Amino acid sequence: MLWRAILGRFGISLVTLWVVSILIFIGTNLLPGDVAQIILGQMATPESTAALRAKLGLDKPPIQQYLVWLQNVAMGDLGISKAGLGAGLGTPIVEMLGPRVYNTARLTLLVAGIAIPVSLFLGLIAAMHPGTRLDRSITFATLNLISVPDFLVATALVLIFAVGLGWLPSIVFLRGDETGWVLIKTLAMPILTLVILVSSQIIRMTRATVLNVMSSPYIEMAILKGVPRKRIILRHALFNAVGPIVNVIALNLAWLVGGVVVVEQIFSYPGLAKLMIEAVLMRDMPLVQACAMIFCATYIVLIFIADIASILSNPRLRHPK
Amino acid sequence: MSESQQETGPSTQFEELPDAPPKRKIRLSWPGKIGVSVLIFWAIIVAIGPMIAPYHEADILDEELFIVPGSDEMYPDTDFQPPSKIVLLGSDYLGRDTLSRILFGARTTIGISFLATLLAYLIGVTLGIAAAVGSKALDMSLSRVNDALLSIPSIMFALVLIAALDSPGIFWLIIIAGFIYAASVFRIARSLGQEVIVSDFVEAAKVRGEGLWWIITREVLPNIAMPLATDFGLRFVWVILFISSLSFLGLGVQPPMSDWGSMVKENLSGLVYGSVAPLMPALAIATLTISVNMIVDDISAATGGKLAKRMIS
Repeated sequence: MLWRAILGRFGISLVTLWVVSILIFIGTNLLPGDVAQIILGQMATPESTAALRAKLGLDKPPIQQYLVWLQNVAMGDLGISKAGLGAGLGTPIVEMLGPRVYNTARLTLLVAGIAIPVSLFLGLIAAMHPGTRLDRSITFATLNLISVPDFLVATALVLIFAVGLGWLPSIVFLRGDETGWVLIKTLAMPILTLVILVSSQIIRMTRATVLNVMSSPYIEMAILKGVPRKRIILRHALFNAVGPIVNVIALNLAWLVGGVVVVEQIFSYPGLAKLMIEAVLMRDMPLVQACAMIFCATYIVLIFIADIASILSNPRLRHPK
Repeated sequence: MSESQQETGPSTQFEELPDAPPKRKIRLSWPGKIGVSVLIFWAIIVAIGPMIAPYHEADILDEELFIVPGSDEMYPDTDFQPPSKIVLLGSDYLGRDTLSRILFGARTTIGISFLATLLAYLIGVTLGIAAAVGSKALDMSLSRVNDALLSIPSIMFALVLIAALDSPGIFWLIIIAGFIYAASVFRIARSLGQEVIVSDFVEAAKVRGEGLWWIITREVLPNIAMPLATDFGLRFVWVILFISSLSFLGLGVQPPMSDWGSMVKENLSGLVYGSVAPLMPALAIATLTISVNMIVDDISAATGGKLAKRMIS
């Protein structure tokens, strides 16, 4: 039964990914103009435009174009970037993505590794002492942090640590061979910004989840029979809150996808999100498609993990009505 | 005459019922009160901002203004000046007055975000209620498409659309943001509507022989108005942050118009000199979004936190 529920979710995720691929394809083909002409710009002659159209498969009907694109993506061929296409062959997108994906993955994994334990700790502390001054200051601070724009946190940190104290560089300049202390120093600012942004979400939701469990009848029972508060939280409430909390963490890591776009741009961190912004500014459609697909696929995988976590923690979800 | 009386109908009609629940009064805590005052302040600025601004948003200030009396410096720098009597919040990278630009930009940033949120509500609530009251097939098809839309991170979706539309203007920016956020409004409106539509009083109205339109406007909408209004506040905050992020990435409002997000981006290079020019517009956004969140927090605390729970999931 459990496996059926998980398989069911997996199927839903695959269908969603497929629909998302259609939406992205439609989105990138919205412009009524001729993509070949836009690529060629000044150099567009009727012959060269027709040749490029044939080469890109633009002379075929849209559905066929979509199927060819989908087949190529499934085979790992993400197409050719517009960069240098006018003159020669263009760069295969797969080659461009490699280092960028590595950089973004490294950044987000480090952020997750720091943010998750810190925010779980703070969220639990707040939930263990609801209504106290400590709890109120944690909720107040996190409410403020989730309401401010990502770039305010980033600029404030730059003003403090780079300009004011001069401890850290204000932009990330990665040569690729940094190790140890230098690497930590280079990555410190973007990591710190993202940790602050993600943690405040996880803290709030962890607190809400644990308090929600705390208001259930069996906890009331435990209180009435005189179990100490600490024991109630650590032995009774926490185990039942684990599922929802994993759910929260997965959802917030998915949210990192959005935060990463702004943070990579502000620190000029050479990651996938920055590549995508560059592609949008240059209207490099195949590259935009590829980046969007990677981000959306990651997002869907994280949502899938969140779903599984809630199925595992709540047996009632294993038997869909 | 009789029609206008019916307009004010539902609230006055039911007040006399003996077991109608007492009207809940929402008492604001002090953060909530501060939030309301800040919100009123920005509303006034939106109305009269350009009139009280010391300079025009596009004015590049004269060097003469910055000459310190008694000094020999005839051509002082005008860009990234610290706050002073001439420029209360300092000047930006071109030597324009930051305060004036914030006052002008309030209209752009708040206006665009508000219109986009309204659009999102127009689409989302209409389709959400249609899905809640309509046939099962309609509900299924709308919900499936909506699920797919929700599984694309909003900023990704916007980037793809902006790339496709080739640096769209403000009109398209509103359409894009409204369209993207309509998906989450749809989800909330649908689930709220579904709860109401299966309730006994709707059943009673159906038995009474009321039409579908009557039920939607007299039973469903009044009952979901309050939670939707609270959600409107939260959604408005997200749209402000979303539009500002796009402007910050250089893909939203384009110069020479001033908008808070793009003001941060333009003046980012000033950070190295310790200029406050990029910080001020970001703080302006923060005061606005924090105060809306404070008010929403108060209201959901007053309604038993049920709203907040529904919005998280």
